[in-house]
Amino acid sequence: MIGLSVVLYFYTTGRLAGVSGIVENAITKKTYRLSNILFLLGLVLGPLLYCYTKEPLAIAFTLPDHSFTITDSYPLIIIGGLLVGLGTRLSGGCTSGHGICGIGRLSISSLIATVIFVGVAMLTVTILQQFGIYL
Amino acid sequence: MNDKVISLLCGVIFSLGLVVSGMTNPSKVIGFLSITHNWDASLIFVMGGAILIFAPFFYFLKNKEVSALGIEIELPSKQAVDKKLVIGAALFGVGWGLVGLCPGPSISALTSPGISGFAMFDPIVIIFLFSMAIGILVNKNLLQKTMQNKN
Repeated sequence: MIGLSVVLYFYTTGRLAGVSGIVENAITKKTYRLSNILFLLGLVLGPLLYCYTKEPLAIAFTLPDHSFTITDSYPLIIIGGLLVGLGTRLSGGCTSGHGICGIGRLSISSLIATVIFVGVAMLTVTILQQFGIYL
Repeated sequence: MNDKVISLLCGVIFSLGLVVSGMTNPSKVIGFLSITHNWDASLIFVMGGAILIFAPFFYFLKNKEVSALGIEIELPSKQAVDKKLVIGAALFGVGWGLVGLCPGPSISALTSPGISGFAMFDPIVIIFLFSMAIGILVNKNLLQKTMQNKN
């Protein structure tokens, strides 16, 4: 479905569906601002649609498997958010922009970026686990 | 169908993909990143599947100049593997590992109660989004400008 969405977006609008780029443009650029905001609105509406059509299923299957463990530490959330915002725009893409669109375009720099951010994220989680933050 | 309707539709389809695959659930993402302990590799197929769908499509379309709606195709210029790319990707990696949310899922997480275990419009998610926006603006307004001045 993500692949389908990226294809449809590129085919019709001629733009790549990298979410961090869309967020940056929605905040800072006037061109296509409404389209960018509508894409982000779509991201918010999708889960609602899912909830209303599949709620019993979702609760029955998903919750027991993945109990909810997002950190409730505000410093961690704030630092994490800052780093995600800064890092994705400095390197020019996030999981969708580099990972899906970039690798899909056979871009070497995106492949390298993806390997780095996935690797560093794995390292970060492993270190946090040493400190007993995630199990 | 104009550009705006399509954008909304693509956002909806994209986020349905995120929700169904578990990307909006930080504990699932952390499970994927946790290679040394109970590794849950399933999210590889989410990215891999999307790449496999997009890649052939892109290959056939890449030389076109306008999209199906007649909009000029914008592709990022070839990016050098430089300090910006490496440091940026590494910083993003640390942030992703700390929280388990990347940009797309963090927005969809606003409305994923019962799926990800968030409350609807959970303050934690809103704080994350604010921090992310500040990170984006710091890069755009401070870092990129200082770097331009140096050159």
